[in-house]
Amino acid sequence: MDAWALLLAATLNAGTLVALAALGLLINERAGVVNLGAEGMMLMAAIAGFAATAYSGSDVVGLLAGMGAGALMALALGWLVVMLNTNQYATGLALSLFGAGCSAFVGQGYTQVTLGPRPSYAVPGLSELPWIGPALFRQHPLVYLTVALAAALTWWLTRSRAGLVLRAVGESPEAAHALGYPVRRIRLLAVVAGGALCGLAGAYCSVVYTPLWVEGMIAGKGWIALALTSFATWRPARVLLGAYLFGGVTMLQFHLQGQGVQVASQFLSMLPYLATILVLVLISRNESFIRANMPASLGKPFHPGS
Amino acid sequence: MSLSCLTSSNAVRGTAWCAAGVSHAPDGPVPGEARPRAARRTVRRAWLAAAAAMVMLAACGKKEDTPAASSAPGAAASPAASASAPLQVAFAYVGPVGDGGWSFAHDNARKAVEKEFGDRIKTTFVEKVPEGGDAEHVFRDLVQQGNTLVFGTTFGYMEPMLKVAADSPHVKFEHATGYKQSANMRTYDSRTYEGAYLAGVVAGAMTKSNRLGVVGSIPIPEVIRNINSFALGARSTNPKATVTVVWVNEWFNPPQETNAAQTLINAGADVLMQNTDSSAVLQTAEKNGKYAFGWDSDMSSYGPKAHLASAVVNWAPYYSASIKAVLDGTWSAGPGKHSWWGVKEGAIDLVALNDVVPAEVKARVEKVKAGLKDGSFVIWKGPVVGQDGQVMLAKDQVADDNFLQGLKSYVQGVEGQAPSGK
Repeated sequence: MDAWALLLAATLNAGTLVALAALGLLINERAGVVNLGAEGMMLMAAIAGFAATAYSGSDVVGLLAGMGAGALMALALGWLVVMLNTNQYATGLALSLFGAGCSAFVGQGYTQVTLGPRPSYAVPGLSELPWIGPALFRQHPLVYLTVALAAALTWWLTRSRAGLVLRAVGESPEAAHALGYPVRRIRLLAVVAGGALCGLAGAYCSVVYTPLWVEGMIAGKGWIALALTSFATWRPARVLLGAYLFGGVTMLQFHLQGQGVQVASQFLSMLPYLATILVLVLISRNESFIRANMPASLGKPFHPGS
Repeated sequence: MSLSCLTSSNAVRGTAWCAAGVSHAPDGPVPGEARPRAARRTVRRAWLAAAAAMVMLAACGKKEDTPAASSAPGAAASPAASASAPLQVAFAYVGPVGDGGWSFAHDNARKAVEKEFGDRIKTTFVEKVPEGGDAEHVFRDLVQQGNTLVFGTTFGYMEPMLKVAADSPHVKFEHATGYKQSANMRTYDSRTYEGAYLAGVVAGAMTKSNRLGVVGSIPIPEVIRNINSFALGARSTNPKATVTVVWVNEWFNPPQETNAAQTLINAGADVLMQNTDSSAVLQTAEKNGKYAFGWDSDMSSYGPKAHLASAVVNWAPYYSASIKAVLDGTWSAGPGKHSWWGVKEGAIDLVALNDVVPAEVKARVEKVKAGLKDGSFVIWKGPVVGQDGQVMLAKDQVADDNFLQGLKSYVQGVEGQAPSGK
């Protein structure tokens, strides 16, 4: 029983990493911008966050530095794709490659650096509950903040005026432009906000989740987050669920191996992807559902005045 | 692979473009892309890809050419040696030199021989060379640059190196962990399992739950051999110890290594060992107040409390011997030319033992090391019983290298089934 509680705890932790980045990408894509640079942004944020924590000794400073690095990378992406109308896919990929190379370059001196003793977290009172305590209430605060963020984002996108404007920019920038909204500025802001969240995820990885810096340590999580946003049909609650599903199956396969289940470990390693693709296919069966949810101008550049 | 989840034709095209941009400078629009409307965008995209390629080259294509003058302590003493051109020695690594593990260990050895030979050699390295086809270009390139001794440091370089070796008979090739040799290519490896055994001796003595955990990389005989040796070592000091293995099926993926380590700790393991290349397992143990080991390189700084010891590989003795042989003109290769070095040759060691390890355990480690050095102690000596209860080695039977290289199943004390077994 206890092992399952710990499995649940590990699932939430693993899911948070992907969820944070995916929620950031969701903001981007709702505004009509595809961000293929997520992996590079997360890597840059991971080294920035790690370095900041190593110097300051504070996790919070590290996480903020990560957000800053992510936002800065996103600003570069936004400037290129929104202001100069470069191809979103090519630019994003270039930025991803740049982030991978640059973070490795900047991080050369940090591979041997270690952060101080890592604090453990517990919600007072609740963490002492049997089973539920270790399963749910001994997490880093960001795990809970991510859930709150998904809820807030749902409300903001569907119930607030600003959220409506953001969606309008992603659905029909021409219409939003005609109504007098500064489409490019809104898109740029959305890209930067999304980048900051990707950055937060990257810093979470290097400061909290695996407190070390090594080249390429994000190891594809940015791409998974990207896939997750479409798998979740651009809805925050589903993004969260998808991230936990992915994190859960990832942890489950290790758990099964640890329990001595006689399944080829190679097959188990494949499971998280298989499960995610399976759900993706099941959802994609209903084409109109996807079309109804997908931002209509996703990936399309917008020229005001054309 | 997750990119394919987004299979919009644009994304795929984008990938192709960037790949092209990195390996060669883009030399014009790709045939399928030459539609008039897209032409302008294409140019811009090509420019971007080229820019990215340049940045990438600047950022990670660093090749360290030794400044001969600055790192040559014996330069003045040996004018004769510096008169002739230095021997050009190249190294290809699979990981980044900053991985703190496998490639890091090779690079430390490169630095050591550089110091040892001064201006008689000139070393170059290329890191992050993928296993397989791309490696061939890298090796051809290294030959082209005038290197006459080339070290390839991962198993997957075997076929590419053989190919290039056949075309470059004047160049000498050394391939780590492989088993195919040719007229100008030989192989070398280190008995990492001896380090695993030594770590096991410590682990068995330190565990309180009698449950040890191993984060396995890829289930090949080398790794299975390490896990088995770790179990043999642990059960030599604690017959009740059992070993649980969780495979991540990758050499280097810190978040996954963290997940696997956490799972083992959750399942009750209190001493962890790993065959993966990063320090993530050690750090996870540190976070959870458990014990773990460093692997390949000294990792004590990553988790001062958790770190019991590091099983290190020291490639310097072999590299030094090989370079010396080339300089002396005694280097030879050919079928069967394989060196498998261990504690005896100074290639394997267990270092940086933690103060919490009791003195008698430390003494035992020293005794095993001494025994391995003078040949009075053999790790794989019967009786060794397999996991299924069948005898693998009868009493006093000593395993030969063929036996060790073909190990596919677990010994008694390891739980679960070896993925490559049966």
